[in-house]
Amino acid sequence: MKKSYIIYAVMALVLSFSPFFLNPYWVDVLNNIGLYAVLALSLNFILGHAGMFHMGHAAFFAVGAYVTAILNTMYHVPIIWLMPLSGIVAAVFAAIVARPIIHLRGDYLLIVTIGIVEIVRIALVNNIFGVTGGSNGIFGIGRPEIFGLVIRRPHQFFYYIWIFLAVTVFLFRMLEDSRFGRALNYIKEDELAAEGSGIDTVHYKLIAFVLGAFWAGMVGNVYASKMMIISPESFTFWESVLYFSIVILGGSGSIPGVILGAFLIVGLPEVFREFSSARMLIFGAAMVIMMIFRPSGILPPLPRTYKLDRVRKGGSQA
Amino acid sequence: MSLLSVSNLTKSFGGLMAVNDVSFGLEQGTVMGLIGPNGAGKTTVFNLITGNYRPDAGEIMFDEQSLVAQSPHRIVSIGVARTFQTIRLFPNMEVIENVLAGCHCRMHSGIFAAMFRLPGQRREEQASLRIALQELEFVGLTDQATNKAKNLSYGNQRLLEIARALASQPKLIILDEPAGGMNAQETADLVRLIKEIRARGITVLLIEHDMSLVMRICEQIIVLEHGALIVQGSPEEVQKNPRVIEAYLGVDED
Repeated sequence: MKKSYIIYAVMALVLSFSPFFLNPYWVDVLNNIGLYAVLALSLNFILGHAGMFHMGHAAFFAVGAYVTAILNTMYHVPIIWLMPLSGIVAAVFAAIVARPIIHLRGDYLLIVTIGIVEIVRIALVNNIFGVTGGSNGIFGIGRPEIFGLVIRRPHQFFYYIWIFLAVTVFLFRMLEDSRFGRALNYIKEDELAAEGSGIDTVHYKLIAFVLGAFWAGMVGNVYASKMMIISPESFTFWESVLYFSIVILGGSGSIPGVILGAFLIVGLPEVFREFSSARMLIFGAAMVIMMIFRPSGILPPLPRTYKLDRVRKGGSQA
Repeated sequence: MSLLSVSNLTKSFGGLMAVNDVSFGLEQGTVMGLIGPNGAGKTTVFNLITGNYRPDAGEIMFDEQSLVAQSPHRIVSIGVARTFQTIRLFPNMEVIENVLAGCHCRMHSGIFAAMFRLPGQRREEQASLRIALQELEFVGLTDQATNKAKNLSYGNQRLLEIARALASQPKLIILDEPAGGMNAQETADLVRLIKEIRARGITVLLIEHDMSLVMRICEQIIVLEHGALIVQGSPEEVQKNPRVIEAYLGVDED
């Protein structure tokens, strides 16, 4: 337990200095890993904790990115202000589309969520409401500016993204360890028993979706300002599959697992660029082997710890 | 005024009349047994009370509120907790977390309070943990608190379900075959436990096939056959009733 904390601290330290010894290309790879890690963490509540097979997460990411792109290019709203707004719009969108499908189980939900991401992509391609720019997308998106500092270069984005990731990890860690996190786990374990124990299963599943979408929308904001140009091809079904694989491979419901998953799924292909044709084969084989030998992921979640002794002591005093 | 009053409850599945015009009342603080041959509709009655099924007709009043058309989790927070006939725990979670599931409906902290560990949320977590531990102690599973639920013995899993139900601080607890799969010693402990539950002022409604258990602890018994209620009365009255004898033993040819 303590050993793992030391490992995490050392890794965080190495990471925080990495822009000083990596070239901009590799810093940008780390930036992508960071973005995928936050996206996968936001999916982790839905897929990892509540056990809902949601393969349409790119739809919420897209909504956030397009809200930022449209409002920034058309109305010149500063990027940083659009961050919460992108999250909120994505969350409202999630609440509307998830409500009618929330009772679906397993593979049925999977198919419908694939439908959602495809519908969103096709709507964007068809220049819905005349504001999405069709298949060309939107270009000329501004950069985020914090206290007069414009974030532009890869290493600046590195700190921007990884601090965002760190805050996310901190807040999600707290959330996992609460009645909300437990409620999602009860639903994953046995939905009927959860309902029968007094847990409003529909409400919690919906909240998981809304929360995940809120975060994905915020990542969309960061992504849009990082790329400066977005188009529907960045929000395909394949993207959703990537987030899904990050969570499953890394360890459903485990924050370190999901971050490791992001390194493996986003980072490794960059490392093995020379074997470009063979890498998907290796990747696929690795997934198959994993699912056979370690079905709960590389770093499955540790059980929650409760300070029972302290509670007992407190109980005898009362 | 009864704590629970069921009137003219009816439920059919396709052509099968599972529960047919059943009415009974349950007084606060009693232990009532629901018995009947297999397929008599006992579990269906439970599922109707706990909101898993919606009745075709009839009314279920609990504590001056109607339970009809309420969702199961609402019914738990109104004060009716249940256990399942086939054990339904959260197998990969710790025993203490299983009990905390019952505490959930008495807690209020939202996700913001949890994210920022607000003082109220922390107090509430501590208080719930204390309640969960008390309930574990009540059923005698304190030493298993950090074990995974799936690693408990069958009898202990049944006790854990009862602890989870009690953690929701119910007025009425509904036990679906609590002694199923228990040995004689475990059943004796269960009888004592049910008496202690009643001593806490919690009303108990149970389905049980173990007749000696039912006759020992129930003050009131209702008998179902083919979905219809045939008798309600004390154990002595029920044992003497010719229709009950007929339902259980059959009737002489001549």
